Amino acid sequence: MTGRLPRWLGGVTGSVLLFLHLPILILVAFSFNASRFSAGWAGFTLDWYRAMINRPDILRGLSLSLQIGLVSAIISTVLGTALALALHRYRFRGRATLESAMYVPLVTPEIVVGISLLALFAALNVSLGRVTILIAHVAFSISFVTVIIGARLAGMDRSLEEAALTLGADEFTTLIRVTIPQLMPGVVAGGLLAFTLSFDDYVITSFVTGSGTSTLPVVVYGMVRRTIEPTVNAVSAVVLAVTTLLIYLADWISRRGTE
Amino acid sequence: MEFRGVSKTFGNTRAVTSLSLQIPPGEFFSLLGPSGCGKTTTLRLLAGLEEPDRDGGAIFIDGVPVTDRRPYERDLSMVFQHYALFPHLSVARNVAFGLEQRSVPAAERVRRVRDTLALVRLDPGQFGNRMPSELSGGQRQRVALARALVIKPSILLLDEPLGAIDLKLRKQMQLELKALNRTLGITFVYVTHDQEEALTLSDRIAVMDQGRVIQIGAPAEIYECPRSAFVAEFIGESNFLSGIAREERDGLWTIGGNELEFQIPAQPGIGTGSPINVAVRPEWLRVCPPGQASHEANRIPATVREVVYLGETLQVVAEVTATRQTMRVTVPNEGQLKNPIVWNPGDEVVLTWLPGDCQVLQEGVS
Amino acid sequence: MKDVRKQRLLARIVSKPTTLLAPAGFWLLLFFIIPLGVMVVYSFMPRGIYGGVEPGFTLEHYLRFLDPLYLTILLRTVLMAAGCTAVCLLLGYPVAFAISRARRWKHILLLLVIMPFWTSFLVRTFAMIFLMRDTGLINTTLMRIGVITEPIVMLYTPFAVMVGLVYTFLPFMILPIYASLERLPNSILEAAEVLGAKPAARFRRIILPLSGPGVVAGSLLVFVPALGSFIPSDLLGGAKQMLIGNLVQNQFGAARNWPFGSAASFVVMGVVLIGVLVYLRSGRGEVTTALQDAG
Repeated sequence: MTGRLPRWLGGVTGSVLLFLHLPILILVAFSFNASRFSAGWAGFTLDWYRAMINRPDILRGLSLSLQIGLVSAIISTVLGTALALALHRYRFRGRATLESAMYVPLVTPEIVVGISLLALFAALNVSLGRVTILIAHVAFSISFVTVIIGARLAGMDRSLEEAALTLGADEFTTLIRVTIPQLMPGVVAGGLLAFTLSFDDYVITSFVTGSGTSTLPVVVYGMVRRTIEPTVNAVSAVVLAVTTLLIYLADWISRRGTE
Repeated sequence: MEFRGVSKTFGNTRAVTSLSLQIPPGEFFSLLGPSGCGKTTTLRLLAGLEEPDRDGGAIFIDGVPVTDRRPYERDLSMVFQHYALFPHLSVARNVAFGLEQRSVPAAERVRRVRDTLALVRLDPGQFGNRMPSELSGGQRQRVALARALVIKPSILLLDEPLGAIDLKLRKQMQLELKALNRTLGITFVYVTHDQEEALTLSDRIAVMDQGRVIQIGAPAEIYECPRSAFVAEFIGESNFLSGIAREERDGLWTIGGNELEFQIPAQPGIGTGSPINVAVRPEWLRVCPPGQASHEANRIPATVREVVYLGETLQVVAEVTATRQTMRVTVPNEGQLKNPIVWNPGDEVVLTWLPGDCQVLQEGVS
Repeated sequence: MKDVRKQRLLARIVSKPTTLLAPAGFWLLLFFIIPLGVMVVYSFMPRGIYGGVEPGFTLEHYLRFLDPLYLTILLRTVLMAAGCTAVCLLLGYPVAFAISRARRWKHILLLLVIMPFWTSFLVRTFAMIFLMRDTGLINTTLMRIGVITEPIVMLYTPFAVMVGLVYTFLPFMILPIYASLERLPNSILEAAEVLGAKPAARFRRIILPLSGPGVVAGSLLVFVPALGSFIPSDLLGGAKQMLIGNLVQNQFGAARNWPFGSAASFVVMGVVLIGVLVYLRSGRGEVTTALQDAG
């Protein structure tokens, strides 16, 4: 539109963005509130962070979530990148069908993924634990990685790779020296998303986890269901800090890549 | 370099149909045609970026079959339409890429990168460390050329390399490309849809249409002896006339159309009753007042419809009285302010030309 | 020599689509497709006493859905998901439009929409609890300034579930609509304006039809996960207003009726697959773009 946007549109946009972010900011602010029960401000404290550090279950959950998130991100990024390359750089039978099939995991409700994996593991008599969690996380992250990287591949000039081939680089060298460097922003973004998906997941994990292996979301869920204590605010603030850092990284890398 | 009966099909479209051609070493050879004529596919087949169909013929370089070889196993390099410079590598690293693949020692690599950048008139000290995004279109073009030349290929493929730069620079680059081809002794295979560029640059031109080569020859042959209406029309401008051969006298055949008559030089293959199609270039026609033309010339009465100002020339658009078809005549511009052209729309005139200026087409007017 | 051969082998590997495809393909086959198959098989088997299944074939788990109790849950879930989609569309469209036409702040605004996409569902749901409970910030603030004397009961009501769903899924609506509006060049709107279309006409005749695929994609991206969700109804609804997600979870947890849970989940999956078919036809590009924006 040539003119300025109507004022009400700005109002709605502002309110919606406030609705999306204010609750979280309040949540974080109250992780520093001295009062345990009151919603009023009773002074600044780090007590809840201290309480968090003194809870071994939270620390164990955090460490497990970081580990699984990292490994899951690496595996799903490698597999997802390879899959995206196959889908976007080659012509073969069934390619279009396979590409469409990539969207199915994106829209399958988490609960369906969770119980179907539980059913499989039960049928095979696999004992539940960190391995089953990892398998599940990779399974639902691959599609996200593939779609993100595929979008970047589709927008990438094929003649770059062809130029490398005519200059004497074979397919592998071309992949390493030309394609992957071009894809890097997409690969990093895909990897970070895979990490976040894993790090945040409660629903699927809750089905495929065994006793004694609780990721951070599983621990937090238990806490939220029982009582509302400000320690949860502190944990939430830590989770948010981790993911915000990742978004910042992803944004920075993708902007650097497009410049 | 040779193509023997090469075909390439994409899905249901035949991009190239049993193409055969030979290019001797050192030649500047152009593939010319409208978009979608198969010229780029031909170039990519030669590069190895596309494979011919099964039973789709063979490609030879220096007499050796290379049909099954990957691009990196062929002794050639390529300049791409939009340059395809690696955006993540500096100018010097871009140029060095092919040398690195060939494991050229570092010292020699540095020297050859420097020399080749100088060859394409880029100051190595000034540009070597720049990124492609920091270059102008013309500079990118030069880097792309240097990157392809530095590996000293026996064949250089160029896919409309000058399409994206402005006219003045393009003219200059054309001269430089021609000079490089002469001094380096590398075979240049050049794809373009710009007929003027092909005429300027090439030793020989292959005109392509719908996946086939229509005519191969030196620029003068292509321009002055087009064998088909397609070539006559695609390269330069042409006026087309057709009729039936009536009789031969004094080495001239008289061709009679329905309402008009003209003469062409006698040549083998024409007998009484042959259908004849000819093309006449606009610059070979003259516009005369009625009743004032030489007797040897072909004469057709017409009416001026439009006079178009083109700068160095003028074009008179006239309608042939007998057939109502439009003919274009190019007239030198002698200065419209001092010495203006005498024709105005509506004037009755006669278009004249020499029988020897008729280009007899071997295929029908399309 | 050995190096050259190794190099050629690597080149062969990456130049064949099958070798690139195989690892991810096997992973998805083994841990995505086959599990769905196992789930379907389970849904036709008799229930085991301590969870799991017994050998045999039965349709009882599907027939059980005809029980008004479960039909109510199914209906409530569909209504809840549809309501959530409608609210998200109503709130999300103007935001997507404003961002697509913004100039200076576009990048920041977009980032603000994308951020929740990356933020833990659980933390976001907890934020809602924190605000809406009886002693939460909203109630205490309202009581302090004297608007109310008794806390308004918000938590553990359908209202809270709805707010939670909208809060969670709103960005999924905004991003695809934004993607489709972003592609709409200003010149088209200017052309309409020059031809005499007033703002309302421009919106109705140009903007809305051209953003259709984005609306479809966004609606599906909200409707589908809302349909299968169970965290909001569990934590914000206090499991009082059971949705089909809670039913499934319950069957695999306390109720120990795996086949019935599988059947319920298969019903959810059926609705999803219908959705996928619709969206493959009309809005795939928008989903990809939205994901790429998010990444």
